[in-house]
Amino acid sequence: MTISSLIDSPSELTDATGSKTAIVLMTRVRLARNLSGNPFPGWAKPAQREEILATCREAVAAAAPMKRGLSVTLDELSELERQILVERHLISRELSGTKAGAGVVISRDQAISVMINEEDHLRIQVLRSGFQLKKTWTAIDELDSALEERLDYAFSPTLGYLTACPTNLGTAMRASAMMHLPALVIASQMEKVVRAVNQLGMVVRGLFGEGSDASGSIFQISNQTTLGESEEGIIKRLGSVLNSIIEHELNARQKLLEADPNKIYDKIGRAFGILQNGHVLSSSEAMNLLSLIRLGVDLGVFPDTNRSVIDRLLIEAQPGHLQHAQRGVCEPGQRDLIRAGLLRGEFANFTKPNFNSSAAGPN
Amino acid sequence: MANPLKCDLCTKPATVHLTQIVNNKVHKVDLCEQCAQAKGVTDPSGFSLADLLLKASLNPEPAAPAVRCEQCGFTQADFKKTGRFGCPACYDVFSSLIEPMLDSMHKGVVHTGKVPSKALARKSLHDRLTKLETDLTEAIKSERYEDAARTRDEINQVKHSFGQKPSR
Repeated sequence: MTISSLIDSPSELTDATGSKTAIVLMTRVRLARNLSGNPFPGWAKPAQREEILATCREAVAAAAPMKRGLSVTLDELSELERQILVERHLISRELSGTKAGAGVVISRDQAISVMINEEDHLRIQVLRSGFQLKKTWTAIDELDSALEERLDYAFSPTLGYLTACPTNLGTAMRASAMMHLPALVIASQMEKVVRAVNQLGMVVRGLFGEGSDASGSIFQISNQTTLGESEEGIIKRLGSVLNSIIEHELNARQKLLEADPNKIYDKIGRAFGILQNGHVLSSSEAMNLLSLIRLGVDLGVFPDTNRSVIDRLLIEAQPGHLQHAQRGVCEPGQRDLIRAGLLRGEFANFTKPNFNSSAAGPN
Repeated sequence: MANPLKCDLCTKPATVHLTQIVNNKVHKVDLCEQCAQAKGVTDPSGFSLADLLLKASLNPEPAAPAVRCEQCGFTQADFKKTGRFGCPACYDVFSSLIEPMLDSMHKGVVHTGKVPSKALARKSLHDRLTKLETDLTEAIKSERYEDAARTRDEINQVKHSFGQKPSR
């Protein structure tokens, strides 16, 4: 598989069938692994990095789920291609910034990616749309066991899998869910949620991980600690935290509708108007508008089938995807015009909002 | 490129920098906001730097003699700068540095999750083979031929199980 055929085929995230779970957009588990007796990527010399890259690439590409997938080194990828992979959550921003001796292997269905020589020798990731923590863990556990047949992992009986950063020791696992929480944001309750979640040993981040903002009311919730608890224990704990966040979001929606339905319908209606008629839309404004339409779908203002369209647009309206569709790199100002054009086109034939048949009853 | 100092207690960037003079000695600590709060640094009435230094088992400025990882040449100063280690062996070399950090960093200090049993079994088999081969050489050298024959049989056995099930 080549990078261009990968980019042109739908990602796990844009796959319409997976969009049934409204609040959890996607589930992700990643494992950090290192080869014993080798310096970590940040400390390895260029020649050592190349050697580790070659060893890992060979072993990963040979694993069954990665057959006929994409295996590339980062220097084979253009700036734009890297950006698209970041927007699809297939590589991290950190990896996209490395110059030499790094690579990535991506499965054909874009559900699995293995980054090589990021912070650790291997960063194995499995991604599933919707709320599927256990399935995602099972899939990554199998792949990891298969890789272990070929690679000697650095492991200590007391500290677990040895990682470049001590914060990842132990299971070296980060399980996360991407959640759409518009009502909690509108009701200004996110800060409270973040604090409560932190106390439970989980972290809340923006869409693209550390330091990214939460435009579109999309948040990533993941485990903070990795040592002293089994993978299953972490998964179970995260699952119950996610369920309780879902409950809070649903309650917040109910409260908003009860207190002042016009306020929320006005937001959704205006978002629809701008998406249909706007001419200049920044990435973050587009995300926020699409997020409101998605909330509209959840509330019954738009038919359920439209949710997958929104989920696709949330990715296609990102700078990298937009420029790829235009077949060329362009300035941010130019991009805002193109983005508005794309969305005007998509929303010209979009089902009209129906505020009367919505979940909360006629208004 | 700016390389921000790491917190002395965890690995987040340090934003609170504290200098105190106790008994004519300069003590310095760099902390992130959370740790600073947790240790009461932001509350001047209840804070003693001495306690903190004691807890974090940090030494005052002229630091302990620089330990160096023989495998990769990594030093404690490198860790302070990057918050990352150089290689897996660093965890043994710098264990006294890491151990006090783990408690505040993680839920527990002992791994209870998945074990790469295949890789470990392969390694132990490999180690056993190496040991047997040394034994064999020595047995031959000291003319203990019975021992040598037995060791050779054992080597063949190990090699055989390697060949059939390389993963176990």
